[in-house]
Amino acid sequence: MPHADSPASFLDAPTGFRSWLLTHDHKRIGILYAIAITAFFFVGGAAAVLIRTELATPQGDVLTADGYNEAFTVHGVVMVWFFLIPSIPSVLGNILLPLMLGARDLAFPRLNLASWYLYALGGIFTIACLIAGGADTGWTFYTPFSTLFSNSNVLLVVVGVFIVGFSSILTGLNFIVTIHSLRAPGMHWFRMPLFAWTMYATSLVMILATPVLSMTLVLIGLERVFGVGIFDPSLGGDPLLFQHLFWFYSHPAVYIMVLPAMGVVSEIIPCFVRKRIFGYRFMIYSIMAIAIVGFFVWGHHMFVSGQSMYAGIVFSLLSFVVAIPSAIKVFNWTATLYKGSISFEAPMLYALGFVGLFLLGGLTGLFLAATALDVHLTDTYFVVAHFHYIMVGGAVMAYMGGIHFWWPKVTGRLYPEAWARFAAILMFFGFNFTFLPQFVLGFLGMPRRYHAYDPEFGLLNAFSSGGAAVLATAYLLPLGYLSWSLFYGARSPANPWAASGLEWQTSSPPPTHNFLETPRVDGGPYEYSPSQAEAEAEAEAEASA
Amino acid sequence: MIGFDRLMTGASNIADDVDAMFFAMVALCGFVLLAVTVTLVLFSVRYRRGSQADRSGDHSRHLGVELTWTLVPAVLFIGIFAWSIGLFAKIQTMPKEATSIYVVAKQWMWKVQHADGRREVNQLHIPVGKPVRLTMTSQDVIHSFFVPAFRIKQDVLPNRYTQMWFKPEKTGEFRLYCAEFCGTDHALMRGRVVVMEPAAYALWADAAGTDSLAQQGEALFRQLGCSGCHGPAATVHAPDLAGLYGKPVPLSDGSTVTADARYLRDSILLPSKQVAAGYPDIMPTFQNQIDEEDVIALTAYIQSLDPNPNPDPDPRQEIVDAPR
Amino acid sequence: MSRAISPAEPFDDIEQQSGAATFGMWVFLATEVLFFGVLFAAYAYCRVQDPQGFVLASRHTDLLLGGIESVILLLSAAAAAWATALLRRDENRASANLLWGAAGLGALFMALHLYEYWKDYGEGLVPGLRFTYTGLHAQTVERFYALYYAMTLVHLLHLLIGIVLLAFYAREVRRQRIGAAYATPVMCVALYWDFVDMVWIFLFPMLYLLDRS
Repeated sequence: MPHADSPASFLDAPTGFRSWLLTHDHKRIGILYAIAITAFFFVGGAAAVLIRTELATPQGDVLTADGYNEAFTVHGVVMVWFFLIPSIPSVLGNILLPLMLGARDLAFPRLNLASWYLYALGGIFTIACLIAGGADTGWTFYTPFSTLFSNSNVLLVVVGVFIVGFSSILTGLNFIVTIHSLRAPGMHWFRMPLFAWTMYATSLVMILATPVLSMTLVLIGLERVFGVGIFDPSLGGDPLLFQHLFWFYSHPAVYIMVLPAMGVVSEIIPCFVRKRIFGYRFMIYSIMAIAIVGFFVWGHHMFVSGQSMYAGIVFSLLSFVVAIPSAIKVFNWTATLYKGSISFEAPMLYALGFVGLFLLGGLTGLFLAATALDVHLTDTYFVVAHFHYIMVGGAVMAYMGGIHFWWPKVTGRLYPEAWARFAAILMFFGFNFTFLPQFVLGFLGMPRRYHAYDPEFGLLNAFSSGGAAVLATAYLLPLGYLSWSLFYGARSPANPWAASGLEWQTSSPPPTHNFLETPRVDGGPYEYSPSQAEAEAEAEAEASA
Repeated sequence: MIGFDRLMTGASNIADDVDAMFFAMVALCGFVLLAVTVTLVLFSVRYRRGSQADRSGDHSRHLGVELTWTLVPAVLFIGIFAWSIGLFAKIQTMPKEATSIYVVAKQWMWKVQHADGRREVNQLHIPVGKPVRLTMTSQDVIHSFFVPAFRIKQDVLPNRYTQMWFKPEKTGEFRLYCAEFCGTDHALMRGRVVVMEPAAYALWADAAGTDSLAQQGEALFRQLGCSGCHGPAATVHAPDLAGLYGKPVPLSDGSTVTADARYLRDSILLPSKQVAAGYPDIMPTFQNQIDEEDVIALTAYIQSLDPNPNPDPDPRQEIVDAPR
Repeated sequence: MSRAISPAEPFDDIEQQSGAATFGMWVFLATEVLFFGVLFAAYAYCRVQDPQGFVLASRHTDLLLGGIESVILLLSAAAAAWATALLRRDENRASANLLWGAAGLGALFMALHLYEYWKDYGEGLVPGLRFTYTGLHAQTVERFYALYYAMTLVHLLHLLIGIVLLAFYAREVRRQRIGAAYATPVMCVALYWDFVDMVWIFLFPMLYLLDRS
């Protein structure tokens, strides 16, 4: 409990609705984001429930064909732009970045609030699209279907995504300037926590890739409204130009989604292994390499699109190159466990789950990078499984891990550990039952975006839908026990995990201005000692014996 | 599991190669996954808090280890890349002798035209053991011709010809799917490829009795009035089409193009786009009168007008799309 | 005239704030390069498909007006830069006048360009609204003008924002609310204005000067 003379926590003061909706406090803005993206997660999740219910049987008997097409479009648009991309950066990044750097806030607090309002406005347009009947183009908006043939509310969703893109860009700008300008005295670049490094790399990708998406969506809008013929082949335009422009953004976008997840995992593992991360510098080089090389691989989405064979060869090579730094990171996380002192609280379970599932997802990416295999596998369920392993098995698990790890810091409450571990394990198994069969389905030739399919694919699909039911349950559990903990959870001390990192040096929850005085840093991150942890554990065991 | 065997067996010349690579990757990636997972589990057990394992020393960096697991994956990846490129080149390189078949995709069906004039919808009958080259275009949006048993796939674009080739090596019926989302009934845009023994195929082909594609094109040529300007008795000054196919054509803007299928298609549907040098820009467009299949028939006819047919035609000179 | 300026949250001192604001503007301009980059890439792609058509289309742009607009914008950018320098020397009055001048010249550019749009409409060169050009390469000409409008409209939007900012800061400078002690906001606006000018320096030859020797 805070003392009478210590500043109030950022949650308690100032009070009132307006103080939240007009806040400049990065922590409050992070919470505003958390509420919004959770709502969108369940919208996207509802779409997923519809999809898997339809796919449980071979006949298209739950939704109409158009209804199914709208369902997977909503699922993709909402999950990519309104959940995955903002999740870790806009929630955890917003709350933690200044704390980790020893700053009182981000460089541009009002811009931060504007980012949230842009997110909300983009969300409103997307919900409006849903209410008006949805769009059926897929989240990829391929032309000429999206510009000339679709009779759905394409413009509404395009406007929504256009607006939310600016939220991304401004957040990235804010993070970059903050990291350059507001690090605490003594925290030079190679003393920053890896989470901050991933925020930096992610922000670079956000500011450089998102404008390309924005302008491409403008061109789609122009084409749809004015029929101008940039992508329309019957007017001499080129649908492949759209694909190049779209994927130039959308491939780096997947690194916007996964780099922050890697950052979260790099904070959790050292804490629960009580040991410095293995290969801190190599981890940094890998993070930057992924961000940079990731800009040059977009053509691997287009191997059978009609692009030239030579382009295919170049993109294939670069796709293999970008896999190397990811491999390094997986090995480094594993090596961190060597001679550590490991405990298995929920955040650690999520982090370990991430490593395994990201590894599987990444390895299957190698199949797709190989053009000869991709010819067969592209546009099948193999691809669907691959990216869900990275996005859900990877990014979502890491997000959950981060939520649990920093829950005491942000809310001042402890979550119920038993429930959290159970949910994590249930999520892991539910996820694998859902998506592992899809690799087989893809190899056997089941195409994507089919609401009805040949009966031979029925058994694996039924299995996958069963897994989805388990996964959905697993996602509802944290909603329940985390909300419960806000009111009835035990109060948390400042540093319940004895974690290193400046964010743990202030109270839980922190006061509005984060630190009573600006911290000074004179060492690197992850100052843990496994032997010390063992000694403390032994002492504790003896004391209670 | 019922049907798995049938679904999994490959039926084309490259299917075995693709499967070999696929399963080699499964083995390699499976091994890596297993190795890392087992290591994680072993470390988790051995170094769990309270275990009496040895934890001495600082093990947070080791350049040799780092470089090893940077370079070993790099080398492995380059190896996989090289293997893949060899196979990819095989998939992409059209053989000299291949039967040309034309495919027009439209929402939501596949329309096939054989050179002998036979037309099929959502079916493709071919003889086993002979390479087939598909030249494809779409009437509307992007589709994708996918035969899982052959392990091949190619997007089909509007206003463009794309090609793929394969050699079926097993008889039977194989699933054909559209693999690029194309609207409401994308999931229903399916068909079958029927691979027959040569004798059975000959019987099937003979039963048709239709005009060849070129003959169908000739009928269209007269029916649409093309011979009015391009025929020998024409009073209008229009380019002579005999022997035009595959030759260079100087254009009114000073550039030169090859009279390939794309050029001919544009000339019929968008005549003002590229006007032959020395000719007035007066050819009307036929965009609203004929569809893609008619264009293919006309192109086949014009191709047949070659007074000196090349005995060993370069397959790249036959109906081709933009350079690969 | 200059009083000690206290920094805004979360900065510790005014130098830190100034550095962050300037760096932030540069980062923002980097994103702007990517915005316009897409349109430039689309332009390049379409031009390679039919260079003849692009030349034909470019001949219908008004070279004289475009040239005058270029000069106006260059002068405007120079005025904004000079205004910043003067502000740093505590010459608020002159600085404000130059900022007003820069805004005014920007507005003049806008007016001239809107006049160009009006003329294009009359000549039937506005795709989607009134496009009557027929003949050789008509589709490419239409595509050229679609890109022309996309690029110049996006540019005009940026111009409008710049004019508003210049006018706003002209007022602030005149009322001594900004001075030599903290000239960074004006410097950032001038930097932005330079960028807007720079975009036009690329647009002008791409759109107006194709094969016009």
